[in-house]
Amino acid sequence: MVIKHKNIFETENAWSNADKLLLCLDTGSWRTERPVLDQAKCNYCGLCALYCPPQCMLDKGDHFESNLAYCKGCGICAHECPRGALTMVPEREFDNEG
Amino acid sequence: MKAKKGTVRVITGNAAAAYAAMLCRPDVATSYPITPMSEVAEQLSTFHAEGVMNAEMVEVEGENSAMNVVAAASIAGGRTFTATSSWGLVYMYDALLQAAGFRAPVVMAIANRETPGILAVSSGQQDIIATRDSGWIQIIVENCQEILDQIIMAFRLAEDYDIQLPVMVNYDGFYLSYLSEAVAIPAIEDVDKFLDPLKMQPQRPKLQPGVPLGCGTHGIEIGFMELRYKHCQALQRALKKVDAIDAEFKGFFGRGYGGQIDEYRTEDAEIIILTSGGAAGTTRAVVDAKRAEGVKVGLVKLRLFRPFPRERLVKALKGKKAIGVIDRSVCFGWNGGPIYTELRMLSPEIGFVPILSYIDGLANMDITIPHIERVVNEVNAAAKGKSYQEVTWIPLEE
Amino acid sequence: MKEIRIHGRGGQGAVLAARMLASAFVTEGKYVASFPMYGFERRGAPVVAFTRIDDKPIREKTQIYNPDCLIVIDPGLLTLPTLFTGLRPESAFILNSPKKLPKQPNENLKIGGVVNATGIAVQEIGRDIPNTCLLGAFAAATGWLRLDSLLACLKDYLSGDILQRNLKSAERGYKEVEVTKW
Repeated sequence: MVIKHKNIFETENAWSNADKLLLCLDTGSWRTERPVLDQAKCNYCGLCALYCPPQCMLDKGDHFESNLAYCKGCGICAHECPRGALTMVPEREFDNEG
Repeated sequence: MKAKKGTVRVITGNAAAAYAAMLCRPDVATSYPITPMSEVAEQLSTFHAEGVMNAEMVEVEGENSAMNVVAAASIAGGRTFTATSSWGLVYMYDALLQAAGFRAPVVMAIANRETPGILAVSSGQQDIIATRDSGWIQIIVENCQEILDQIIMAFRLAEDYDIQLPVMVNYDGFYLSYLSEAVAIPAIEDVDKFLDPLKMQPQRPKLQPGVPLGCGTHGIEIGFMELRYKHCQALQRALKKVDAIDAEFKGFFGRGYGGQIDEYRTEDAEIIILTSGGAAGTTRAVVDAKRAEGVKVGLVKLRLFRPFPRERLVKALKGKKAIGVIDRSVCFGWNGGPIYTELRMLSPEIGFVPILSYIDGLANMDITIPHIERVVNEVNAAAKGKSYQEVTWIPLEE
Repeated sequence: MKEIRIHGRGGQGAVLAARMLASAFVTEGKYVASFPMYGFERRGAPVVAFTRIDDKPIREKTQIYNPDCLIVIDPGLLTLPTLFTGLRPESAFILNSPKKLPKQPNENLKIGGVVNATGIAVQEIGRDIPNTCLLGAFAAATGWLRLDSLLACLKDYLSGDILQRNLKSAERGYKEVEVTKW
């Protein structure tokens, strides 16, 4: 058999390197609303980053911001924030970047 | 006497399965949702809520309970139906074996999905293969009308006094389960008429309060052997019964599917493509195109998988020069497709001609027209004496 | 046989549109087959739906690789590199967009139909569900389907107030689509 397929997995079974494969799909384009932070209310507790399902919160030193390339707009960060610092805002209220 | 023309509705494969079950007036219709057949459970619930179907809908917390419920209800004399796929089928495995051991005539619709090992919410026939020795009758269908018709025929088959075996009706997950086609839905009175012959037969034993009858308790030593033997003989009787019921269905409803296998342009064919499910439909189109080019190819569509249609296959394939088998699953034991490995058993009877195994369509991969054309070309070359590859995983060679 | 491929995102009604199309063609006596392919089954994720129509029974169960018509519900999907791959010559393209098509998007396209289905849907239905509007635009631009066939089949899928709103949306799609012929 002449296999032309280039292996996707380096190993014999379905191990995947989370550093390489966790954030790789264009999931940001799936979003219909995005989390917007009111920094005055944020105390940098990090719960939003801990709860984020795709783990795409970026540490900005005194607050977190969602990585818009991957944020799917699930709203869990806004729901979990104990200070109510995050609000989900519909995408169409932003100038679309692409 | 002929059935009335059915009402034509554009429905999905899943909905067709639910309609068929409803039309057969089941006593218990309980299923647990799983992609890609959740719509079957939803549609059954809708029928029940609308008062269209009087079945007892037991709300189960998983497929294992679903099969336990329908198997038990079945041996209490009820007509029962359930549906599942892949991991649901695996989760109910012990109850699945019990149902067969009870000889309970449960009818189950399965939207085939990839099964063991690697999680894949996608089309594939591995769930059939993972349960092929469960003792159930397994039939595979090609389109939405056939899903509906075959489930009606499945009740007729399962509950036949000569058979008394549970029946799985299989259809491709995603490609058929979500496929919308115009389906003629028979009138319920006509389905009643078609199933009426069952009422003329002796009634099978059933659990009743106050009557000291037990079922499936145990067999030890020679008793077990006796029951196993009876089970295997019943499966063999199912072969001709499938053909007979198909002929009855065709005579009454005007639609027939060939029974154990369907043959398309095989009589004067030199080479045969053998496959099952939706891929068989696509293969018909390829057969026509290749015939126009002068290639004498035919299709044998495998409908009945368990029991294996030995005699009908030998009759269809004897004298052909080469056969290509397209499997939508793998046989771990023999490094080829499962239908292919079972077909090899018939080589002494068909003649030791090249039989080529093709594995395709796993995990939602499409069995495309160019793929099937490739199969025809290679089988044709093999028929002419060219050397060939025994097993080909088509997408990996692209 | 005509092969129609619909591109959308989960939640826009692409799958339902493909089924409605199938139903509409059945009322005109055609054979139909329609099914979706999801990557991830969730709102916002790309979804493709395939609809085949023919005067004889349809046997193929494959995805559509050589469409006669592309319907794109989300203009964001125009950047898909394989969107126009395999298009048959003299095919049609129906797009939901508030802007006109600047040029012929692909040399194989003969007919282009653009309509602001999102805008019409928000006005008529109150939500961004542009599918029925686009089906109206499809019927007008290609001429393969009568408007009354399309409107007649919507009641198989919708009812009450929502049905009336979608009927209006579909009719506006039919009337307001801008058709270009190349």
